[in-house]
Amino acid sequence: MAFAFGFPLVQVVRDSFYAGNFASPIWVGLDNYKGVLSDPAFRQSLFDNMKLLLTVPIMLGIGLAIALVLNDRIRGGRHYQSVVFLPYVLPATAIGIAFSFLLQENGVLNTSLRHAHLGGLAQDWLGNSHLAIVSVGGLVIWQQLGFAVVVFTAALLSLPPETAEAARIDGAGWWQLQLRVLVPQIRPIIELLAVIQVITVISWVFNYVYVLTAGGPGFSSSVMELYIWRSFSNGSDGTAASVAVMLLGMASVLIGLSLWVRKQKIVQ
Amino acid sequence: MRTTARHGIVRVLSQHAFLIIICLAALYPLWFIVSTALRSNAAYQLDPTGFPSHPTFASLRNMLFHQPLPRWMWNSFLVTVSSVAVSTFIALLAAYAAVFGRFRGHSIFISTSVALMVVPPVTLLVPMFVFMVNSGMVNHLQSVIIFYTGLLVPFAIFFMAGFFRTIPNELIEAASSEGAGPFTIFRRIVLPLSGAASFTLIVVQAIWVWNELLIALVFLQSESSRTLMAGLTQFQGRFTTDEPLVLAGALLSILPVVVLYLSGQRFFVRGLTAGIGK
Repeated sequence: MAFAFGFPLVQVVRDSFYAGNFASPIWVGLDNYKGVLSDPAFRQSLFDNMKLLLTVPIMLGIGLAIALVLNDRIRGGRHYQSVVFLPYVLPATAIGIAFSFLLQENGVLNTSLRHAHLGGLAQDWLGNSHLAIVSVGGLVIWQQLGFAVVVFTAALLSLPPETAEAARIDGAGWWQLQLRVLVPQIRPIIELLAVIQVITVISWVFNYVYVLTAGGPGFSSSVMELYIWRSFSNGSDGTAASVAVMLLGMASVLIGLSLWVRKQKIVQ
Repeated sequence: MRTTARHGIVRVLSQHAFLIIICLAALYPLWFIVSTALRSNAAYQLDPTGFPSHPTFASLRNMLFHQPLPRWMWNSFLVTVSSVAVSTFIALLAAYAAVFGRFRGHSIFISTSVALMVVPPVTLLVPMFVFMVNSGMVNHLQSVIIFYTGLLVPFAIFFMAGFFRTIPNELIEAASSEGAGPFTIFRRIVLPLSGAASFTLIVVQAIWVWNELLIALVFLQSESSRTLMAGLTQFQGRFTTDEPLVLAGALLSILPVVVLYLSGQRFFVRGLTAGIGK
């Protein structure tokens, strides 16, 4: 652990103050940071990560709805659950490539829309600079949804049945039962998963972006990870390192938050 | 319960309808991969939505016999097996020491592991790459095996420590009062009990390594050293006008994962959600 984390974590902070390649580093102080912050491509990347944050409530909402329905002792519930969970285990790269074909200008989605005489809805999902990041978000939700479903189902299953029974005897309707009785009881899990998903969309979405849009068109769907990768591939190690340090800073705050939420959960 | 029977039926039907729609959405991209991989490119270009009414194995055969895919798959396999084996071994010993040895700072050790579990690998990328260049390991599988092992260990320790805590302490105490040393206890008592947990851990780690892209892309850039996922992105760039061929590659990369999932689903669910459970 010391080697895989300790060494690079210290080194990346050091690198972020140097320019040039790693064979002949030049001390530049905070210039890397200044350069990055004034680079429109970086701002766009950061902004895109923020846009992806929107996928978190959507995913948690749909995931919760599915989990509540599954919790209703529905027939075949286990089978539904295993189908919904399947995307989560598949390689994001392979799936991302499939989505890139589905969403092409003349891909399946647009062709189907045209067949259904809804050609007006057909869009250039990956080539339009506003839609590209939306497509990435859609793919993230598609793949991560099953995780939320499984986590929520397990949480609902572990609740004592007495409270729900009592609410039913008191005449609570289905919706009341779900929203007033069940959901509040699993709130700690929802909060923890929310933090984990925020960490995911800020720092673990490279695969999706790389195969779906490669950050394009232009930089419109770039994310911080992709920015790091690109600077690094171009030989600007210092730039890459300074963004990595910023990303690490954000992640640390979130990791601290997740540890705190976890503790709250245990106290309860 | 004041809902009438008819209300009940409507509710159950709409619940099933909702779930079926979700499942179709979850499965459609997979169907798209399978069906397209079995179609000829000409048919696909004519209509991407079509059904493979004249299935052909040409793309799959091309992938297996005329493309570097088997080589990349073998690389992925080697990388997966080695890094998972090493990290599981380390985690078994470390978690055993932390839970039963109770050395000083063992709880800090575990919470450090929890925190490191979510450190974004991309932040470690640059220094690790520099290190690998200096030690001449770039384009050799060892480079990613070492890195992956390091990344896997925190989760593996966290997971195994969580499991070890469920082993009753009396069992260990009884054995040690009969004069068994720590290694004997580990081998004779703890290891045999951890079969299912270790298997779960191995499955989860294997999936993670098999699916990893960023590190493989950066560290293994020569044609012969690529992993399967990095290779797939090469196909995507190379065969821009032959979607069935690219998807045949994607299908072959997904297949091992799906087979593993179908054979040991509960291990997946338990292992992958372990980070969030109690």
